[in-house]
Amino acid sequence: MVENQRDEGGTEMGTSVRTQAEKTANEQQTQKLNGSQIVLRALAEENVDIIFGYPGGAILPTYDEIYKMGIHHILARHEQGAIHAAEGYARVSGKPGVCVVTSGPGATNVVTGIADAMIDSLPMIVITGQVATNVIGTDAFQEADVVGVTMPITKHNIQLRDVNDIPRVMKEAFHIATTGRPGPVLIDLPKDVSTAIGEFKYPKQVHMPGYQPTVQPNRLQIKKVAAAVERAKKPVILAGAGVLHADGADELFEYATKQQIPVTNTLLGLGSFPGNHPQFLGMAGMHGLYAANMALHECDLLINVGARFDDRLTGSLNYFAPEAEVVHIDVDPAEIGKNVETAIPVVGDAKEALKSLSALDKAPVPYDEWHQHLRHYSDDYPLWYNDDGKTIKPQALLDMVYEETKGEAIVTTDVGQHQMWAAQYYRFANPHRWVTSGGLGTMGFGFPAAIGAQFAEPNRDVIAVIGDAGFQMTMQEMSILQELNLPVKIVIVNNASLGMVRQWQELFYEERYSHSLFPIQPDFLKLAEAYNIKAYKIEDPSEARATFQKGLKEDGPVLFDFRVTADENCYPMIAPGKGHHEMEGIRP
Amino acid sequence: MKRTISATVNNSTGVLNRITGLFSRRQFNIESITVGMTENPEISRMTFVVNVDSDRGLDQVIKQLNKQVDVLKVRDISDENIVARELALIRVVATPQTRGEIETLARPFRASIIDVGRESMTLQVTGDHQKVEAFIDLIKPYGLKELARTGTTALKRSSKKQSQDLHYSFIQ
Ligand SMILES: Cc1ncc(C[n+]2csc(CCOP(=O)(O)OP(=O)(O)O)c2C)c(N)n1
Repeated sequence: MVENQRDEGGTEMGTSVRTQAEKTANEQQTQKLNGSQIVLRALAEENVDIIFGYPGGAILPTYDEIYKMGIHHILARHEQGAIHAAEGYARVSGKPGVCVVTSGPGATNVVTGIADAMIDSLPMIVITGQVATNVIGTDAFQEADVVGVTMPITKHNIQLRDVNDIPRVMKEAFHIATTGRPGPVLIDLPKDVSTAIGEFKYPKQVHMPGYQPTVQPNRLQIKKVAAAVERAKKPVILAGAGVLHADGADELFEYATKQQIPVTNTLLGLGSFPGNHPQFLGMAGMHGLYAANMALHECDLLINVGARFDDRLTGSLNYFAPEAEVVHIDVDPAEIGKNVETAIPVVGDAKEALKSLSALDKAPVPYDEWHQHLRHYSDDYPLWYNDDGKTIKPQALLDMVYEETKGEAIVTTDVGQHQMWAAQYYRFANPHRWVTSGGLGTMGFGFPAAIGAQFAEPNRDVIAVIGDAGFQMTMQEMSILQELNLPVKIVIVNNASLGMVRQWQELFYEERYSHSLFPIQPDFLKLAEAYNIKAYKIEDPSEARATFQKGLKEDGPVLFDFRVTADENCYPMIAPGKGHHEMEGIRP
Repeated sequence: MKRTISATVNNSTGVLNRITGLFSRRQFNIESITVGMTENPEISRMTFVVNVDSDRGLDQVIKQLNKQVDVLKVRDISDENIVARELALIRVVATPQTRGEIETLARPFRASIIDVGRESMTLQVTGDHQKVEAFIDLIKPYGLKELARTGTTALKRSSKKQSQDLHYSFIQ
């Protein structure tokens, strides 16, 4: 509006009139707006181009403004779908995901996604409606203490009480969500604050003395790392998602290849180093590759960049990296020394730290013996499965998905066996193409996350690899695919069970399959049909590839119901309480 | 081991909740906590006495506190030169016969009598933890009717002398 007036003033009227028009424009810039308009203007200031959400009473004033302003908004069919989609969007775009929901049940429905984003450090802005300030605390209709509920699972949260605080609070929220260690910030917006009239003036800077993340690493510590590398005979780099959040994949590549240090990834760090590079050992951890885990076990120097030593990565801490001097580079000082004693701590952004390390210009120590030793592990203990020729092996399926998409697709997964197989077989070569719920292990995540990922990268293949159980937690979001003809391809790895649960019951509970089998399942083809989505059911291994190729070529969404070997287990594996050197199932 | 931690925080809604929640979530046992405004009404000072089993645990408490956006500064002041005080209000059985005795006991502790009734009197004592404990012990035989105590509140002394070994490493 403002822009238009200025143009008209310039072209059709004289100079003096133009000044007049500009004056009006300026007045409009500080004009009185209601709280909802201010929130949306702030989102525009932060270059938010898509909102995932679901309306309801307390947030209706804001939805009314969304309607009037014509903002790009995706209506999920359940708030959990909205927030996981926002997470997928954040993961792939690197920009904060924005989720808007109503008070009470709307807000509590996003709690799982908030916790998921928190533990996986995703930048998110969650705006929840709230009952009016004069009834807060009276157990009013659709009231829930969302700020209280989400305090432990947000990086920060705040309830707005005064319309004039909105611009500052919004500015701070985006700043907190996206800087330092990223995370979700929740803003609770009472209905009366969203309709109160205030002034819109977006601050240019934030002033938060209590929040000053360290980005530049300490030079002395960096030098110590370089000296340790020089001393080392068997170094290894463990790269986590912190590298991806810092956009530091190039810097990691430069440093690791220059110093010729072997690299392993955490589950969430996949894609930060090319999955097909000779220095790459594969993923480490519970279902990681034997070579990667043995490298961690035998190394004399472990350089952790942006990983938090999660227990699924370390196995039992009693046996973790027993020989190693540990370097830990992390933007969050609280992560350093939390689980593993650290010899050289480096607080700072992964990208900056790797840059400073490369800049020291140390001649590479070739570590030939070490490389050879590890290559022997890689060659002698590769991933394996037994092909019976009769059923579709899930491992073969994931390998096929990798080949058919040339390793270029964005892959999202749910949680369970299929997730681990995807991590093992999809050799990610690029950052920001791997979207999975690592820390919280949230079933129901993968499918809506794929929707968000497709919005972040409309022209790239997005494959949602989903278990038959997890799909049933959020499959109502097929509505979004139908409505917008989004080309997400759903690959159901259908083993008619809660596969990972079944595996644990087989291995650790003497095959007592307590509530983990699906003797009766919905007809996924008919479900897809109900949403007007093309679907294939594939049981014969000889048809798998051709059908997948055909479906992949479709412009719109496609659902593949791959019936895979029902009792396949995911190997290799570190059993609970065991160390990296005690992996099971490393050989057929 | 018992440590005294002092934190300055933004005086915003829910900040106490945020911080105590953080402690309980991470299974740190708070022995006492005191909160009050500082010279700047926008900033509060909190003093915690916590029981942790290792330096590493303590390191985590401090780092986690530091992560909170509303926390401005956190220090473990246990090994520093500090002034630390508690306050106790004690209502004790006091007959006309014993009143004098109790008064005599109160004097060396500089405890003051702040209320006197027919069968009881109320005393107020401030001091460090040991002193307050000792006074309560002494008064107990007369018959405690009610007791209310604050936690420790503390400040660093203005003198520069400091203990060398800080019990946490602030990594930089
Ligand atoms: C919300 C939620 N509930 C329960 C679990 C526990 N859980 C982990 S894996 C799994 C089974 C998943 O089954 P499916 O989606 O079919 O995938 P599969 O393991 O068979 O590949 C379950 C129930 C979880 N991770 N998340």
